[in-house]
Amino acid sequence: MTKQKLTIGLLAASAIVAFSSVLPAETINAAGATFPAVIYQKWFEEYHKLHSDVQINYQAIGSGAGIQQLTSGTVDFGASDMPMTDAQMGKITKFKVLHFPMVLGGVVPVYNIEGINAVLNFTPETLSGIFLGTISNWNDARLKKDNPNVKFPNAEITVAHRSDGSGTTFVWTDYLSKVSPDWKSKVGASTSVAWPKGLGGKGNEGVAGIVKQTPNSIGYVELIYAVQNKMDYGTVKNSAGAFVRADFESVSAAAAGAAKNMPDDFRVSITNAPGKNAYPISSFTWMLIPSNLSGAKKNAVQQFLKWALTDGQKYCAGLDYATLPTPVVSKEEKQISQIQ
Amino acid sequence: MAAPPESAARKFVKRLQDGDKAAHLITLIFAASVFLVTVFLVYELWIHSAPSRAKFGLSFLITKTWDPINEQFGALPFIYGTILTSILALLISVPLGVGAAIFLSELAPPRLSNACTFLVELLAAVPSVIYGLLAIFTLVPLMRQYIEPFLKKTLGFLPIFQGPAYGFGYLAAGVILAIMTFPFIISISRESLLAVPREQREAALALGATQWESTWQVVVPFARLGIIGSVFLGLARALGETMAVTMVIGNDPSIHASLLAPGYTIAAIIANEFTEATGDTYLGALVELGLVLFLITIILNASAQLLILATTKKGSKTE
Amino acid sequence: MMGRTQRRNALNNVMLTLTGVCTLITVSVLFVILGFLVWNGFRSLNWDFFTKLPLSPGETGGGLANAIVGSGVVILIAVIIGIPVGFLGGIYLAEFGGKTFPIFVRYTADLLNGVPSIVIGIFAWTVIVVPMHSFSAWAGGFALALMMIPIGLRSTEHFLRSVPNSLREGSFALGANKAKTIMKVIVPAARQGILTGLILGVARVAGETAPLLFTSLNNQYWSNKLTEPIATLPVWIYKMAISPYEDWHRQAWAAGLVLLGLVLIANIAARWVLSRGAAVQRS
Repeated sequence: MTKQKLTIGLLAASAIVAFSSVLPAETINAAGATFPAVIYQKWFEEYHKLHSDVQINYQAIGSGAGIQQLTSGTVDFGASDMPMTDAQMGKITKFKVLHFPMVLGGVVPVYNIEGINAVLNFTPETLSGIFLGTISNWNDARLKKDNPNVKFPNAEITVAHRSDGSGTTFVWTDYLSKVSPDWKSKVGASTSVAWPKGLGGKGNEGVAGIVKQTPNSIGYVELIYAVQNKMDYGTVKNSAGAFVRADFESVSAAAAGAAKNMPDDFRVSITNAPGKNAYPISSFTWMLIPSNLSGAKKNAVQQFLKWALTDGQKYCAGLDYATLPTPVVSKEEKQISQIQ
Repeated sequence: MAAPPESAARKFVKRLQDGDKAAHLITLIFAASVFLVTVFLVYELWIHSAPSRAKFGLSFLITKTWDPINEQFGALPFIYGTILTSILALLISVPLGVGAAIFLSELAPPRLSNACTFLVELLAAVPSVIYGLLAIFTLVPLMRQYIEPFLKKTLGFLPIFQGPAYGFGYLAAGVILAIMTFPFIISISRESLLAVPREQREAALALGATQWESTWQVVVPFARLGIIGSVFLGLARALGETMAVTMVIGNDPSIHASLLAPGYTIAAIIANEFTEATGDTYLGALVELGLVLFLITIILNASAQLLILATTKKGSKTE
Repeated sequence: MMGRTQRRNALNNVMLTLTGVCTLITVSVLFVILGFLVWNGFRSLNWDFFTKLPLSPGETGGGLANAIVGSGVVILIAVIIGIPVGFLGGIYLAEFGGKTFPIFVRYTADLLNGVPSIVIGIFAWTVIVVPMHSFSAWAGGFALALMMIPIGLRSTEHFLRSVPNSLREGSFALGANKAKTIMKVIVPAARQGILTGLILGVARVAGETAPLLFTSLNNQYWSNKLTEPIATLPVWIYKMAISPYEDWHRQAWAAGLVLLGLVLIANIAARWVLSRGAAVQRS
């Protein structure tokens, strides 16, 4: 019995050793936001086709986790829709964190209401009211005011939000804090807030999943998650008073101001941006690259960044993300050399 | 069987077989490693929860806030959710399970009893994530469309059945946990009932009791320690369940009176937030939650083992 | 008005019927589960599922080849770490153990068995992921090994002890030392039971998700090294089940069917081995 066991054990061990040396690709491990996960996965797939020796394994576990895993050094780079705060960056002593904005996206109010297929109009008041719980039924007069032609059902609103630490949450709550003093004082803005009500889903997919399955619900997700799942999403009234729906043009318009005045570290918020056509809940999303990458990984990451900032941008339109403004791209290309 | 050529491995094995001392030592080392690794586990839990224990002390167990941004952590919503869903699970699975155990031990012909027990025990092998998968697409819609509205209509005056019918929530988690605890309760209760001596039943029947009376008033009380043990074991399993619960409980770190409301359990929040826990206090709080869960399940498991040993007397073979 | 006897008889019939109903409900749950999985998963099983890699979210098609192999790798690591410990430790407890130390070993094995799987994950994270600065197949395998060990240990001890002493004494009488007796006589006599314990250990950990969430994490592609995150079936099922994509739901059902099928086959095989072993031992 021992003989057989030993033989099996040796065979298994050699299988593992053989398995582990058969594929020589350079794997880079990354983790972070679900907001850009759809285009990142597309990029990594396409880039792997062009460079079969580079494999980037990206785990979309949320901006909060991306920041944490970068800080603890268990991943090669992170991704987040909330730029790291000074305090968070201060915790990292081994390297500097370089923020690279990669695409622009918009966070949309996505809903599933029985019997309604229309595009609803939302204002800062109705959005903050719904998520605070002060507007609790779809047939509320305040919703009717902005949507006179819509026949709302008499149904309780089920709110869906993120259960994990989320950059998308940060963008959403950052916007609500800017436009609603009530929201700012009661809840505030962060990757993780004390939601007054609602169900928690994991990742943008989790929130989309809840809304898709639960009648008379509303949540907030990055645009592509609503589009891919053919879910209804509404317009939001921007600071100029126009009801704007998130798309390539409106999100790009939101970034116009920031493009001209981009700070050197690329950390900027573009929620509630001025402009008639600007979508008010837009955001950059960043890859967080440690400055101390070395060797093959450094080269691979630098080459990838160069590709993603130029060729990669052509995948944006098809996935409903907005491309980076050209002045921002040129500025970033200079930052690539800071990875050493 | 022809002898294969002597490989290095074979020579090593031969040396092993020739030495009693070597065999004793080697097996001792492996046995000791089990002991050491478990001790180490407890130690690691203790050490990594230190920042949180130092900051919050025992008030951690009764604080309601869970605020990662301001680093204020309290375990109460999770302890509440864990205990509530487990109790719900038992309220459903104990009557059903003991009832089934009675049927299988007293009424069913042996082949049917064995076949059914076999099938029920297979339920214990179904992975938690598959229960969760099923629950999301079958149980939650069922709850949301039929069961919860029905409960609200009939029992809605009770605070535990108020609020919107999400489908997700404590009740859904309780039901799926009930299904997961059936096998333990049925299997062990049935064995405890079967271990009751025939004389007890026959004495009751001889005194004129109906079969139900004999079972309920004589046999079940005789086996009660084992049945209670099975309940504890089922409870211990329910408390530690992670995936099926986190997929249906709604992930809300607050305390709600209504069973229809979303909530959270200890295992579920660790699963959701562990990878994003920034800072020693946040991580420490999650590890401390794990420690709390661990302690609760140890106590329950130990009590269960004792109770089951007392009734089925299986332990004597291995002591 | 019903006589007391009539009432008692009526109650008797009602209660006994109810217990039958309870049994029906609990047994039928298994069939409902299998039914759903087969119904939803069977249609989605195709060649792609077993050979292709997962695609980007929202795209249709692809498969879970990396997750199937990844699960196999992680379970293999668990087996390599866990089975020797359980087997050899069980031999110690049954054949060599003294008075006090075995009590500690058994107690801690039971303790380990009762640790919630998420807490096992925390431990594996502190012991392997943190020092290694990386999520890895090793960490996942280690976590699963911890869950396998108590099962292997207790069942090995149990079945070794159930071998009649006459066999041991016969072997000693023929001049064999203790080690030889164990290896050549006792273990073979108990092999069916021991094998059962090992199969059940594998079946238990094959479907575990919680301990893998922050040890082996997950992988979109094939893992090149064991020191990297690796894809596993249970983690992918979780990810796909909570997503909004219909195609991912379809694949989750298929993966669930595959996983459950393997676990059930392992369980049934273990019992079959055991029942054959028992028959052989008695004869």
